[in-house]
Amino acid sequence: MRPVSSWGRLSAEPHLVAELSDIATLVSELSGKGPAIPLGMGRSYGDACLNPGGTLLSTARLDRFHSFDPETGRLVCEAGVQLRDIQRFLLPRGWSLPLIPGTQIVSVGGAIANDVHGKNHHRVGSFGHHVRTLTLVRTDGQVVDCGPGVRPDLFAATVGGIGLTGLIATAELQLQPVAGPWLDTEILSYRSLEEFLTLADDSESLWEHTVSWIDCTVGSRSRGIFLRANPAVDQSGKPPLPRRLAVPVTPPLSPFNRLTLPVFNSIYYHLNRHRSRARRRPFDTFLFPLDDIQDWNRLYGPRGFFQYQLVVPRDVGPAALRDILDIIARSGQGSFLAVIKTFGERASAGLLSFPTPGITLSLDFPNRGQNTERLFVELDAVVRSAGGRLYLAKDARMPREVFEAGYPRAPELAKFRDPGMSSGMSRRLMGQ
Amino acid sequence: MIGATSAIAEHCCRLWVQRGSVELILVARNVELAGRIAADLRARGGQAEISVETLDFLSAPAIAAAVARWTAEDPVDLALIAHGVLSPQQPCQDDIEQARYSIEVNGVSPVLFAEAFAGAMSRVGRGTIGMIGSVAGDRGRRANYVYGASKALMDRYAQGLQHRFAGTGVKIVLIKPGPTDTPMTAQYKAQGRRLASVESVAQGTVDALERGTPVAYLPRKWQLIMFVVRALPDFIFNRLNI
Repeated sequence: MRPVSSWGRLSAEPHLVAELSDIATLVSELSGKGPAIPLGMGRSYGDACLNPGGTLLSTARLDRFHSFDPETGRLVCEAGVQLRDIQRFLLPRGWSLPLIPGTQIVSVGGAIANDVHGKNHHRVGSFGHHVRTLTLVRTDGQVVDCGPGVRPDLFAATVGGIGLTGLIATAELQLQPVAGPWLDTEILSYRSLEEFLTLADDSESLWEHTVSWIDCTVGSRSRGIFLRANPAVDQSGKPPLPRRLAVPVTPPLSPFNRLTLPVFNSIYYHLNRHRSRARRRPFDTFLFPLDDIQDWNRLYGPRGFFQYQLVVPRDVGPAALRDILDIIARSGQGSFLAVIKTFGERASAGLLSFPTPGITLSLDFPNRGQNTERLFVELDAVVRSAGGRLYLAKDARMPREVFEAGYPRAPELAKFRDPGMSSGMSRRLMGQ
Repeated sequence: MIGATSAIAEHCCRLWVQRGSVELILVARNVELAGRIAADLRARGGQAEISVETLDFLSAPAIAAAVARWTAEDPVDLALIAHGVLSPQQPCQDDIEQARYSIEVNGVSPVLFAEAFAGAMSRVGRGTIGMIGSVAGDRGRRANYVYGASKALMDRYAQGLQHRFAGTGVKIVLIKPGPTDTPMTAQYKAQGRRLASVESVAQGTVDALERGTPVAYLPRKWQLIMFVVRALPDFIFNRLNI
């Protein structure tokens, strides 16, 4: 047993970590291991990848590519392969993952199990849309293939299924051809939620990637920075090596508090407002700026932090977001990493997939115990009445009724579950 | 790549295929696993030419014949000798047959491979031989002295080769990793010990091979740690439980 934390560093409960060593012996390595839950890179923020007192099935060593067809762009690889590895090896050969979430340091298995999305959701949907087939190994020794065309019901339960249908062992992914690593990017500032929505709507048809940072310390008269990018016309030149920074220690107190947050937010807003508007940048520094800062999650101090990511439907979205921003500003518990983006119309592939058409907002909050939970309860009420939902990959605390209201298809998962799989999250939200 | 299924060797290969065209011969005891590693490397690097071979790692004639065959047509630029087993100490004490096996696999066999390559490289006057030793070879400890002694054998041997090839185009590089996060050290990890990542050790290995660094501790802090460990007088060292 050793203590294991997820990315939010909210707990460090003892776990038995089984390092799965070889795809060839997976069936015997899994047998009798339950109740267990697969663990990829541990980048989900809450308890989706935790199983306090129980077993974690670490896929970190299942990191081999099986085949890559340079004609069709189809890659078969093991679940522990990191998205960064795929980009590193295949981008120079003209192929890219169709989408990557806010960090490249996640595993293929985790990307499927959380049906992650990227800044180009409006163009390409979420990760599950690009999985052609996958192989599940279940704790009873069954090995099952599924995909959109083979056992589609099991596939829908597995995409976004937070590991509960069995261990994803391998997957076949469809990559997309790319000209190179450079993006043409633009930075724009906006001074209201309406202005943000207009920018988002105008950008979606012409820009591949859109995302926005929002200042959530000033309430609904919000302001922010809008970022958009397209593959660059000029792909010449080698992108610079990323800068490597690290947070070497956990500060005893989080530097983000009622006094400092408005200042940080204001500085960030004004710095970006005056930056050059159009610029050619390498895809990684644009898409995953935090990957350059190792262990950035330590910045929130020893008690860890919550990430609260919600999506609300487009029609009632603006009103709900105004309420949410006002509640946050009033609470004084604003967040620095507040990100807002519109999702496209494409229906997600999984029963428990997060993306739905609408507006998504994600916020970081240092853990201040009861104060933070009180704020969340207020936010939950707004999300629920707007018909929205919270992202399981980020969640560490939502009450069961909020989950059930947000994910009406959740009961369908039960018949596809692997009885040997159980996580802190599944027990909290589904009772087992 | 001798011992191509070793985690450090496999990650070195990934770095090499990423750079472009390279021809690799993966030599391993476990051919099935080596075959899957070859498939991985082919999928990663479009221009890599990879083959898999096996032989008896403890047979001097088999090693001599194989090295002669690999070096017959074109000289080998680099031979990385990476195989080994982390044999726990207790079984080696309980059964000297285990001790013999550990010393042969970890000490004798790598030396035989290196000697065969040294002969071929001396004839063409260039090449690099990399050997993966261990910090465990720097001082005998009760926790792993059989394993440590075989790595120490490699240490003295590499030193001799370096003397032999001084001033020539043949480079001998001895890599000494500290405890590294590989399947071999799974039990240490379960005890909660902090281990170096295999990616960083592989990167350090590839860099050291390129530069021809005679002895490379990876991560580098182990150079200092082992300096202190070697310098401790016996009357202190023998009271420590390390």
